[in-house]
Amino acid sequence: MSTNDTTATRRGKAPAGERVADWADGRLGIYSLAKTNMRKIFPDHWSFMLGEVCLYSFIIIILTGVYLTLFFHPSMNEVEYHGSYIPLQGQMMSEAFNSTMHISFDVRGGLLIRQIHHWAALIFLAGMFVHMMRVFFTGAFRKPREVNWLFGFLLLVLGMFTGFTGYSLPDDLLSGTGVRFMEGAILSVPIVGTYLSMFLFGGEFPGGDFVARFYSIHILLLPGIMLGLLVGHLILVFYHKHTQFAGPGRTNNNVVGMPLLPVYMAKAGGFFFLVFGVIAAIAAIASINPIWTMGPYRPDMVSTGAQPDWYMGFSEGLIRVMPGWEINLWGHTLVLGVFIPLVIFPLVLVAIAVYPFVEAWVTGDRREHHILDRPRNAPTRTAFGAAWVSWYFVLMIGGGNDLWATHFHLSINSITWFVRVGFFVVPVLVFLATKRMCLGLQRRDRDKVLHGRESGIIKRLPHGEFIEVHEPLSQDALHTLTAHEQYKPLEIGPTTDDNGVERKLKGSQKLRAKLSEAYFGDESQISKPTVEEYKEITSGHGHH
Amino acid sequence: MSSQDIPEENLPAEHGAGHDEHGAVTVADEKNPFADPGLPPHEHRVQDIDERAARRSERVVAMLFTVSMLATVGFIASYVAIPHDKAIYVFPIGHINALNFALGLTLGLALFAIGAGAVHWARTLMSDVEIADERHPVEASPEVKAKVMDDFRQGAKESALGRRKLIRNTMFGAMALFPLSGVMLLRDLGPLPGTKLRHTLWSKGKLLVNMNTNEPLRASDVSVGSLTFAKPEGLEEKDEDFQTQIAKSALMIVRLQPDNIKDKRELEWSHEGIVAFSKICTHVGCPISLYEQQTHHVLCPCHQSTFDLSDGARVIFGPAGHALPQLRIGVNDEGYLEALGDFEEPVGPAFWERG
Repeated sequence: MSTNDTTATRRGKAPAGERVADWADGRLGIYSLAKTNMRKIFPDHWSFMLGEVCLYSFIIIILTGVYLTLFFHPSMNEVEYHGSYIPLQGQMMSEAFNSTMHISFDVRGGLLIRQIHHWAALIFLAGMFVHMMRVFFTGAFRKPREVNWLFGFLLLVLGMFTGFTGYSLPDDLLSGTGVRFMEGAILSVPIVGTYLSMFLFGGEFPGGDFVARFYSIHILLLPGIMLGLLVGHLILVFYHKHTQFAGPGRTNNNVVGMPLLPVYMAKAGGFFFLVFGVIAAIAAIASINPIWTMGPYRPDMVSTGAQPDWYMGFSEGLIRVMPGWEINLWGHTLVLGVFIPLVIFPLVLVAIAVYPFVEAWVTGDRREHHILDRPRNAPTRTAFGAAWVSWYFVLMIGGGNDLWATHFHLSINSITWFVRVGFFVVPVLVFLATKRMCLGLQRRDRDKVLHGRESGIIKRLPHGEFIEVHEPLSQDALHTLTAHEQYKPLEIGPTTDDNGVERKLKGSQKLRAKLSEAYFGDESQISKPTVEEYKEITSGHGHH
Repeated sequence: MSSQDIPEENLPAEHGAGHDEHGAVTVADEKNPFADPGLPPHEHRVQDIDERAARRSERVVAMLFTVSMLATVGFIASYVAIPHDKAIYVFPIGHINALNFALGLTLGLALFAIGAGAVHWARTLMSDVEIADERHPVEASPEVKAKVMDDFRQGAKESALGRRKLIRNTMFGAMALFPLSGVMLLRDLGPLPGTKLRHTLWSKGKLLVNMNTNEPLRASDVSVGSLTFAKPEGLEEKDEDFQTQIAKSALMIVRLQPDNIKDKRELEWSHEGIVAFSKICTHVGCPISLYEQQTHHVLCPCHQSTFDLSDGARVIFGPAGHALPQLRIGVNDEGYLEALGDFEEPVGPAFWERG
C-alpha cells in the first residue's frame, strides 16, 4: 500500500472510534497518555487483588449509597409508623428510622441495596485491613511508596468513621446505643468534653440534630476526602509501577507481567463484576443490620449482645476491659477509665502507620525498593507486624467479651482479665514466636539451596545405610531463594577514641545502633548461603 | 536524623546489578550459580496450540455472558412478578423475603457471570507472554534539580518576599487570622453546657410513672424481686424533647428486704425497701437492664459494668467509675410513689465538671 493510499484512507473514512479519539486527542492529549499507559505492565500475584477488592467495594458503596439517598430522610422528627411491617405499626420513631423501614419493606429492591451497601462496607474495611497487612509484611511500603502507605492508612481510618456515621443513620436501637457510647467517650475528655458533646449534638444527647449532621459527614465530607485520597493512591500506584516478588528475570529495575490492554483490563475489569456479584449474592442470602428486629432508638432501652461493626471492635475492647478509674480533685473529675481508652484507640492505629519510617531510619536505606520481601526474610518486621495483629485481635476479643462468654460458656470476668493481661503479654509472645519461625524458615531455605530439595527417594548404600536423595535446585529456584538483601548491623565503633577520651555519641545514635543490632544481628537473621559455600558443598560429591 | 551517617558498606549490594538485558535467557553462569537466569521461556497453553481447545474456551466465555443476560432478564421478571411482602422458606436460612432473595441472586449471577467470562477470556485466550517494562528512578537528575532550584530562587527574588519584610509579615498575619472566622461560625453548633447535665425532670412531689402501663406507681405495685422502669409524671412519648429528657430521667425501681440493704443512705432514701436508681450507666451511658434478683446485682449489657443495688449501687465489676445515682423517694397521701427532689449528683457518664 503506498503512502498516498494511506493518507487518502485516513482523510476519507477513518473509523468512527478513531475519529472520536482524534477529536479527544486534539483537546485532551489522550494519545500521549495512552502511549505510556495502554500497554503498562502489571505483575501477577494473588495478593495484588486485595487492593482491588477495596477499590471495587468502594465503588459499589458509592453506587448503592447514591440510591439510598433518594429514599432516606435524615431527620429526627418523631413520626408514627404506618408502613407494611406490622409489629412496629403505631410506634413512635424518627423519620430516619421510618424512611429506613420504608426502604427495607416498601421499596422493591430497597432492602437488597441497603444490604449490598452494608456488606460492601464491611468488605471494604476488611479488604483495606488485609491489603495493608500484605503491603506491610512484604515491605512494599519502602521507598518510594511511603506516602502511598500513609494515603492508604488514612483511607482505613476515614473508612472506619464513615462506617460508624453510616450505621448510625437509621437511628435504630443498636446504632443509637453506639452513638451514646461515643457521647460518653467525648464527655470524658478533660476540660472541653462537655463542650464538644454539646456542639456535636446541638445540645444534650440525643437532641434532634445528630442524624442530619452525621448524614452530611457520611455522604459528603468523609467520602469526598476519601475519593481524593483514593485517586491519589491510584495515581501513585501507576506512577511508581507495581512491586513484584523476586524471581528469574525480575529485578529492581524492571517490572514483569501482563499489559494493561488487554489482559489486565479484562482481569481487573472482570474482577469488579466478580466482587459485585459475590456481594449481591451475600446480600440476597445473609441479612445484615435488620433494624426492624431492633426497633427505633430510645435512650432508656437496650438489647443484650450489643456489638459495633467489626472494625470498631478493638475500640470496644479497650473501653470494656479498662478499669473504671476516676480521679476527683478540686471539684473536677478526670475520667481515666474512659479517657485512657479514647487516647489509646488512635495510638493502636498510629503504631502500625509510623512503622515504615522507623524501619527506614534504622536501616538508613535511601534506595528505591521494588522487589518485595518474603516475610521470613525480614524477621523483625514480620514479628512486629504479627505482634500488632495479635494486639488488635486481643482487643477484639475484649470487644466481644459477652459473646465469648455466652458462646463458649466462659466467665466474663476471666475473659476480661485475660484481655487485660493479654494486652501487654500476647504481643510480646507473638513477637518472639514469629521471629523464631522466620529464622527457622530462613534456615530451611539455606539448607534447600545448599543441599537441594528432598526428593522422597530413599536409597540404601552398599554398607546398609539408608539415605534420602536430595535433588539440586534449578538455577531459577537458586536465584529466587538467594535474591533477598541482607543488611549488616550498624556499628558506631568504640565508645572512646584512640586517646581514651570518650566520644560524643548522641542518644539517638546509640538507640539506632541497638535497634540495628536487634534487626540485623546474628540472632535476627540467618546469613544466606554464599557462592563459595555452595561450591564447596556441591563439589564434594557423595555428601548429602 | 539523616541517613547519610550510615556507611555505604552496611547496605546490601544493589539488586540485579549487571543484568540489564531483561528477559534475555542467559546460560547458567559457571562462576555464580545464584545469578539471575533471566525470564524463563514462555510455555504454551493448550489453547495456544490446539484451536479446538481455544474454541471450547470461546464457547465457555460466550456461555457465561449468555448466563448473565438471562440472569438480568430474571431480575426484571422477579421485580415485576414477586410481591414485595412474600416470604419463602429457604433451607438452611429459614423464612426470608422472596423478592430480596430473587433480586439479589439474579443480580449477583448477572454480575458474576460477566466477571467470570472476562477472567476466563483473559486467562485462556489472551496472550500470556510476560513482558518486562523498565523502571526509572523517581528522583530527578541533578541537572533537573538545579534548574528547579534556580527557577525557584529567581521567582522568590522577583517576588521580593524576603526583602520586603512588611509585606511578608502582614500577609502571614492575615493568613493566620482569617480562619478564625470559620471557627467562630461553629459556635452556634450547640449551647454551652452550663449545668444542663446536672439536672433532670425529677423534682419534689413528681410521681413515678410506670414506663409500660403509663400509670403512676403505688408502693403496693412493686413486689420484692421485680424490676420496674419508671419515668417522671408529665413526660409523654409525643413530647418534642422526650428522647433527651428520658435519656437523663429513666429510673429503675426494685424492692429489697429492708434488712438486706447494707448502705445506710440507701435505706434512708428508700420507702419500705423500694429503691429508685438512675437507669443510665455511669460508664458511657447505656441503659442498665439486666437484674439478678437473688444477688440484687444489675448489669449493663453494653460493657458489663455490674452494680450492687443492695449496697448503694456501687460498682462491683466492669469499667464504670462510680455508683449509680439514687433518687430519694417517698409516698404521697394517696399512696403513690413520689420523688422527694432531683438526683443529688449528675446521672450518666462522668465528665470534667462533675466534681
